[in-house]
Amino acid sequence: MSAALFVLPLVAGDSPSEYVSHHLKHLTQPIGQGGFWTLHVDSLLVSIAIGILGIGIFWRTGRKATSGVPGKFQAFIELAVEFIDGQVRDVFHGDRRFVAPLALTIFVWIFLMNALKLLPVDLGPAVAKGAFGLEYFRLVPTTDLNVTLAMSTMVLLMMFAFAIKAKGGFGFVAELFTAPFHAHSPLLKAVLAPANFGLNVIEYLSKPVSLAMRLFGNMYAGELVFLLIALLFMAGGQFLFGDGATFGTQVGGALAFLGGVLAGAGWSIFHILVISLQAFIFMILTVVYLSMATEAH
Amino acid sequence: MTLNATFIGQFIAFAILIWFSYKFVWPPLVNAIEERQKKIADGLAAAERARKELADADARVADEIRKARVEASTIADRAQKQAIEIIEKAKQDAIVEAARQRAAAEAEIENLSFKAREMLRQQVAELAVKGAEKILAREIDAARHRDLLDALAKEI
Repeated sequence: MSAALFVLPLVAGDSPSEYVSHHLKHLTQPIGQGGFWTLHVDSLLVSIAIGILGIGIFWRTGRKATSGVPGKFQAFIELAVEFIDGQVRDVFHGDRRFVAPLALTIFVWIFLMNALKLLPVDLGPAVAKGAFGLEYFRLVPTTDLNVTLAMSTMVLLMMFAFAIKAKGGFGFVAELFTAPFHAHSPLLKAVLAPANFGLNVIEYLSKPVSLAMRLFGNMYAGELVFLLIALLFMAGGQFLFGDGATFGTQVGGALAFLGGVLAGAGWSIFHILVISLQAFIFMILTVVYLSMATEAH
Repeated sequence: MTLNATFIGQFIAFAILIWFSYKFVWPPLVNAIEERQKKIADGLAAAERARKELADADARVADEIRKARVEASTIADRAQKQAIEIIEKAKQDAIVEAARQRAAAEAEIENLSFKAREMLRQQVAELAVKGAEKILAREIDAARHRDLLDALAKEI
């Protein structure tokens, strides 16, 4: 935010609404016919890069990990690993060899993607334009619904896989029609089957949708507020240094600038909590859902 | 806010990351942690064992010292008793020896005094006879009165 003023000339739109909508546009690349076959290059690039970075750090530490006295960095990585392993152990009662690294991946990746939000909102677009001549660039991948929905869809598929592995293919399908409403007579079972199936479909669909929407919504809304705070800076700057600035407008500008500083600092500090919390929620809910999928109704 | 192929790309990236984590990232880290936990547990157990062994050794040493002290005191007691016995025996021997010596001396004295008395008697008898001879020289015939004179000497 504080850097917003300095990079404004590079990326600022003509009006506040144009500024905001400019910041909300993706760098796109069509790869086929129709609107669907378009890639958000910025989301993919940033998310993959940061995923490789984050998981790579863990990988490198793990490769050189010693069971003797750990270095400070290894100790830190192990702290994270043990924290996540402990969380998974509390929720998921079974073989954690797959679920724990999954939780680690989710937490680290989402946390780092979210953490990009703490960079000034104009920095990404400014660097993209200044260095590479790109018109649009959205830095935070988790403000892209494609990203969050792809991850939660993966979670949904893993729920299916875990359920089938735990109950068998037939058991899984049977449970779709016989739970949550149980009946004993065949007639009642037939009557309840559609209701059960409908409820299960809703239940299964609501999980990934809520996962994706929660993360996306938090990040997107936060991003919008950061943009509004940046607009406050912009207004302050225009009042202070713009044409025809009088003493009155300069006082107003200074106040707007001060407000921007306070609001930006406050919102950033609040987002330290939000980015960690959202990453944690996504991780823990994934583990909870997988745990539920393995347990019979 | 439209869904598009980004979804597919992100999906694949996520799958690869999960696989990579599962295959290469998680196992070595957890192995290192568990191995260290085992090492620490072993170390703690060893320390506990050593502590117990030390306590055992201490107890053994204390026991040995106590035993040695008891033994030393019995030895000292015995020595003292022996010394007393030796002294006592020496005393007894001395007393017996003294008694024997005294008895021998007394016997000797007795013997000597007897001899002296015998000699004295002899001499007194002779003196008496000589005296009587002198007095009775004329009247008594020594040869005739020999048995009488001997009986007299014996009586004296």
